[in-house]
Formats: sequence, structure tokens, C-alpha cells
Amino acid sequence: MLLNYLPVLLMSGFAAFMAGMILYVSSILSPHHPYREKLTAWECGMEPVGDADTGHFRVHFFIIAILFILFDVETLFLLPWAVVIADKSISLLAYIEMFIFIGVLAVGLVYAWAKGALDWI
Amino acid sequence: MLDSALILELAIMFIKVFVVGSVLFALPIPLTWLERKVAGHIQVRLGPFRVGPHGVLQPLADMIKMLLKEDIVPEKADKWLFRLAPIMTLVPTFTVFVAIPFGDKVRIPFTGREVALYISDMNVAVLYILAISGLGIYGIIFGGWASNSKYALLGGLRSAAQMISYEVAMSFAVIGVVMLSNSLSLVEIVKSQSGGFLHWNFFYLPVGPLWFIIFIIAGFAETNRIPFDMPEDEGSLGAGYHVEYSGMRFAYYMLAEYVAMVTVSVLAVIFFFGGWNPPFNLPFHLTGETAMFVNGGWNAEFLNLLAAVIPLFWFAGKVAVFIYSFMWIRFTLPRYRYDQLMRIGWRVLIPLSMVNILVTGFMRI
Repeated sequence: MLLNYLPVLLMSGFAAFMAGMILYVSSILSPHHPYREKLTAWECGMEPVGDADTGHFRVHFFIIAILFILFDVETLFLLPWAVVIADKSISLLAYIEMFIFIGVLAVGLVYAWAKGALDWI
Repeated sequence: MLDSALILELAIMFIKVFVVGSVLFALPIPLTWLERKVAGHIQVRLGPFRVGPHGVLQPLADMIKMLLKEDIVPEKADKWLFRLAPIMTLVPTFTVFVAIPFGDKVRIPFTGREVALYISDMNVAVLYILAISGLGIYGIIFGGWASNSKYALLGGLRSAAQMISYEVAMSFAVIGVVMLSNSLSLVEIVKSQSGGFLHWNFFYLPVGPLWFIIFIIAGFAETNRIPFDMPEDEGSLGAGYHVEYSGMRFAYYMLAEYVAMVTVSVLAVIFFFGGWNPPFNLPFHLTGETAMFVNGGWNAEFLNLLAAVIPLFWFAGKVAVFIYSFMWIRFTLPRYRYDQLMRIGWRVLIPLSMVNILVTGFMRI
């Protein structure tokens, strides 16, 4: 059983190793002549003003991230349900339950929509 | 306990991982050439034509050029994270392929040993793929953040927001497929679609085509391809999250994008178009027994092998159609605006897939 997951480790290791090897070869072959102008951030040729990683970004990205967590957890609840839905002995009950569950989530989505969380401008 | 059977199994596993990984590393070589040729012909020009016949050696020339380019790390960047980020994007896109089935089991001639044409048949492969492909977002947002450049930061943020928004729609589409096939294992999902093209999930009317449309739109957005390539919007962001990258690290982002494109094509084939199943049943079956009947001889084993390998060509052909349509759409459609993109994701695809889940559920009970 655990043997099924060993290739995950192998493939990650292989990809990381190959990536590292190619970078090493590239570092041998490529020139290295840094100077101040080359090492500044690219701003269309102007002198860069201020720092970018000060944490000042639009709060809307944060709201999208929270909504993502809500809906992604919901999909996790749906997955086991989706596997057994065709099983005749429980399917009707499971369907009614999931109808209510999705209804609750739809109310949440409508609320976020009405509050303007999905407006981008 | 290490016995000989286990060692043999491990060796086969190593070989498979090596083969799949190497093919994935080499895949952008034909794909970049093809993409530029397709671009050229769609725009009524020739595309690359100088390096080799019809420019087939152009990707090799590009590769050598990338290798010889200086690896610039900006002064103000978070140097450690900046160097690490492209590899963090690259590795998950490769790791996804551990769970992808390319074909069924094949019997090697004269040994009686069966080798599966997939690296691992996980019972939670669907969850695994959703989880691992989501990890690629880290590399992109870290790359944008570590560059300490305004364009890169904006590109990284946009990309992260876009990818997580469409991840929800994609998960819903995958749930639709799981409802139709009743399994989380990709091998089982393919097997449930055997027996002619009418059994493919795409033709489970009327919900199948709708799931496919939701899946493929979300797939385009997940791979940051046109019409959803906001993070690389050269009109407003320079290049997006990889604006500060050069040389091989830049190439890794491109490599990850190509592999992600192949992943979405492969998943579309597995989920909706029957994987390695042929679209119609052949009137005869290529098996060892027929060969034994024909010439009673030793090549029954090879005929068995042939019968097992033919599905691989079906699989590759279907995937090739999707890869071509990715390129076709890239040079046909304009780019959406960012607010339009978020509106499609949250206000169209998610309500649509919620309704579709209820309809599919109603059809399955």
C-alpha cells in the first residue's frame, strides 16, 4: 500500500535533481558580470522607486483567499459523497442531504456576492 | 524484508520514474517548435525556418542559448527564495504524473510478467492530483514576491488569485466526473468508460459536455494560458511574475507551464474521453489465442504485446488533439480583462457547477 506512494518521492527527487544539475551546468557555461544597473528591479528603464515587498497589496486578494478556503473545503466534503452516490441503498438520503448542504453554501455565495466580495473594481 | 520480488518491483518503479521524468523534461522541445509553427501558420507566415529543415532544431538552439545566459539575481531580491521559486513550480508539475495512467497492464514477452503502463495506481489519485497541482502556485507567488519588483509582485498576486479561484471550479468538475465513474482512482475512471465512445463521460448527456466545458475553462485558467494569461499580461505588467528571471530559471517557469498544459490535456482525456479506450469496439480482438489459432507459434506473445500497446496510441492521439487546441486557442482569442476573469470564475462557473452537481446527482440516484 505504502509502496504506491514511493514514486511520489522518487519523481520529486528526480525532477529536483535534474533541475539542480542543469542549473549547475548553466552556472559553469554562463558569464557572470553583475553591475548595479543590471541588478536593479525592472521598471521600464526608469530608476525603481521604493520597495515592492512591503506587504502593501489590495485586500481583495485576501478576501478571495478566504472564499477559496470555504469552497475548497466544501469540495472535499463532496468527494466521498460523489463516490457512493450511485449506491442505490443510500443514494436518495445522501442526495437530499447534499441538496441541503449545497443550498447552505449557495446562500453563502449569494451573501458574498451581495456584499460585493466578488466585485473586482 | 527485501526479497527478490520486491527488488524487481522497485527496479521497475525506478525505470518508470526515470522514463516518465525524462520524457517530461524533453517534451518542451517538440512542443515549443510546434507552438511556433502553429502560430506562424495561423498568422499566415512560416514560423521558424532557419535552424534545420523547417526549423526543427530551433528549440535546441533556444535551449543552448538559455544555458549560456547569465543567471541574474536582483540586488534587492530575497536571494534564497528567488533561486528556489522556479524549482518549487517545476517539481509539483512533474510529480503529478506519478498518478497518471497511460495504458493498462502489459505482459512482457517470454517472461509472463505483467508491467503496468502507469507508475502508481493510487486509490485517491483524483485528490492527489488536485493537491499536488495546487502546490505549483507557491513557486509562482514566491517568485513574484521574492523578486522585490512591482510588476513581478502584481503578476504573482494575480496569478495566485486566478489559480485558486479556478481551482474551485476545477474541483467541482472533477467531482462531476467522480459521480459519473464512482471512483477516485484514475485507472478505475478510465475502465468505467470502456466499450465505445458512447460510454465516455463526455457523452453522458446532458451533464457530461457541461462538466467538460467547466473543466477545460478552469484548465486554461490554471495553466495561465490565453485567454486567461493575466499573470503574463505584457501590455500592463511587463512580463508578470517572472519579469526578473533570466536564463535557466526563466526556462523552468516555461517548462512548468508546458508540462501543466500537457497535464490538463491528459486529465481531460482521462476524465471525459475514455483515456486509452478506443472510440469504437474492433470487430476482432488481438489476443494471444487468435495468434495461436493463426500460426500456432511463438509470436503470440508479441501479438499480446501489440494489443496492449495499441491503446497507448489512442491515448497519445487524444492528448495531441487537446495540446493542438490549446495552441489553436492561444492564437485565436484575445485576452480577458482581470475583472472579467474573476467574474467568469466566481459568478458563472461556480454557480453553474453547483447546479450541475445537483442535476448529475439527480440523474445518478
